[in-house]
Amino acid sequence: MIGLETVGFVFLATLALASATVVVFHKSPIISALALAFNLVAIAGFYLLLNAQFLALLQVIVYAGAIMVLILFVIMLLSIQSEGGLHRSGRIHSVLAPLIALGCAVALGVAVFRGSADGRFAVSSADFGTVRSIGTDLFTTFFYAFEAISLLLIVAMIGAVLLAKRRL
Amino acid sequence: MEIEPLLINFVKIFIVTQVLMVGVAFMTWVERRVSAIIQFRLGPNRVGPMGLLQPIADGIKFILKEETLPAGSHKTLFMLAPVIAFVTALCAFAVVPFGPVVEIFGRTVNLVILDLDGGMLFALAFASLGVYGIVCAGWASRSKYALMGGLRASAQMVSYELALGLAAVGVFLVNGTLRPTEIVAAQAGWFWNWNAFSGFQLLGFILFLVAGYAETNRLPFDLPEAETELVAGYHTEYSSMKFSMFMMAEYFAMMTMSSLAVTLYLGGFQPGFPTGDLSGWALWGLQIGAFVAKVGFFMFLFVWVRWTLPRFRYDQLMDLGWKRLFPLALANLVVTALLVAFDVIKG
Amino acid sequence: MEPQWILVLSAVLFTMGAFGVLWNRGAITILMCVEIMLNSANLTFITFARQFDQAEGQIYAFFVMTLAAAEAAVGLAIVIALFRLRESTDVDELNLLKW
Repeated sequence: MIGLETVGFVFLATLALASATVVVFHKSPIISALALAFNLVAIAGFYLLLNAQFLALLQVIVYAGAIMVLILFVIMLLSIQSEGGLHRSGRIHSVLAPLIALGCAVALGVAVFRGSADGRFAVSSADFGTVRSIGTDLFTTFFYAFEAISLLLIVAMIGAVLLAKRRL
Repeated sequence: MEIEPLLINFVKIFIVTQVLMVGVAFMTWVERRVSAIIQFRLGPNRVGPMGLLQPIADGIKFILKEETLPAGSHKTLFMLAPVIAFVTALCAFAVVPFGPVVEIFGRTVNLVILDLDGGMLFALAFASLGVYGIVCAGWASRSKYALMGGLRASAQMVSYELALGLAAVGVFLVNGTLRPTEIVAAQAGWFWNWNAFSGFQLLGFILFLVAGYAETNRLPFDLPEAETELVAGYHTEYSSMKFSMFMMAEYFAMMTMSSLAVTLYLGGFQPGFPTGDLSGWALWGLQIGAFVAKVGFFMFLFVWVRWTLPRFRYDQLMDLGWKRLFPLALANLVVTALLVAFDVIKG
Repeated sequence: MEPQWILVLSAVLFTMGAFGVLWNRGAITILMCVEIMLNSANLTFITFARQFDQAEGQIYAFFVMTLAAAEAAVGLAIVIALFRLRESTDVDELNLLKW
């Protein structure tokens, strides 16, 4: 009996892979950006399937709702019509790029199949993925990292404003 | 797979969607009549008693109009944009509790479609996704007014999402939860128990409301769709049913923002006085009626403000969002955190 | 559903992202492919968090998400600054420091 989870997984996996293909191969950057937004929502669906509710919602708010809008905004502002064509070192590139990607795939494949051959999902506790559990960990165990990343965000904000200004 | 909870959910979704659609139709009538009264004239009062069938006449007109498709536009995105705007605006309502746990025909039904643990985040997420409808519309129309309108609208919505979210975080601090049903339950009793009053969130309430006006692109923040500025902004090239979907999406967004403001700050479906021994449908009817009345008032406020205030220029709008609302929201957050930490509010 | 399926999927997504970074010419598309790679890493983190029923993986994913936001903002600011210089986002045109 094919469970609902498997159906959901297959559906979301197809969406994620299809949209990732569009992002990589499409000429127009706006279509790529919209496909990436789709991909991010599909990944949020995966997080929901894995019971990580808070992170699924965060993924939609931060990634799909803010970062992708920023990218779309920049593309429309700069009126970029198409970013296509081969690199200048076209012939070397068209051999080297797939080779490196293949090497990557092989390495990751070995890691996945050797390492997790008989992993099973544990029975998830009732507060897995809830806001409370993540919040508690974030403010106790990972407190310094939290403060550091807020500092990093301020630095990034200042940097972005300074870099994009016309006149300092 | 249990069928019964699924069926109950379907019925809930169906009823809520239909009520919202009727609400949108009613709102178009309300908007035109109230704007007429404010401008000292009569509104539509011919079609049906007091003009109440005007939305039906409008709907028929929209269906019969010619559907235009600008040459050179990206057809798929052009047709998808109003759908995205419509669906995201409607879905955000799923986490709003419009009533308590009732008993219908022997089954307990929680009058909220999705009782998520991170419910308010869900609403904010769909508010963020609503930007895509506008961005797609602006770009796919291939017209300079539409593109400028789309860019401005998306920048405006993203900027005011910050103030919206930060203002709401004050409420999460006070109530200690993101679940809308728990937030409403914490505001039971007299109306001064509401978050806006004894939760010290009055500033947060005003910030949320102002940011909500900006999120839904309503005056005084409606530069992206203003007729005198950008023809019609991002929906310049849209006609007939697609245009009406944008209008419906805007009204849905207004209803969602009103419902969220009511849930977070004004006690949701709590009637504002202790109901003592009332129970059963007397109590539940009172609570649902209180919710509808409060949301109705805020919808009326949307219309009232629209026809009273002039609109902001775009740089004034961005200035307000980033340099005034955002620091105010941060200040609200810090003060609320201090009040909760020192037990002034029972957090 | 087993963890392995999702891990394979995220490995495939990572490879596609890596290929996209190497293959594409436009700076913004490269940035988007980097986002795909970061997302696949996040998916792996959360799969393992669910497999061992811990919150740690989710917290790492949270930090990666925040970092990606900061990186996207700064990266796009750089793209805008470079666009003003070179009138294009082609990464092959960024050859001012060639020997």
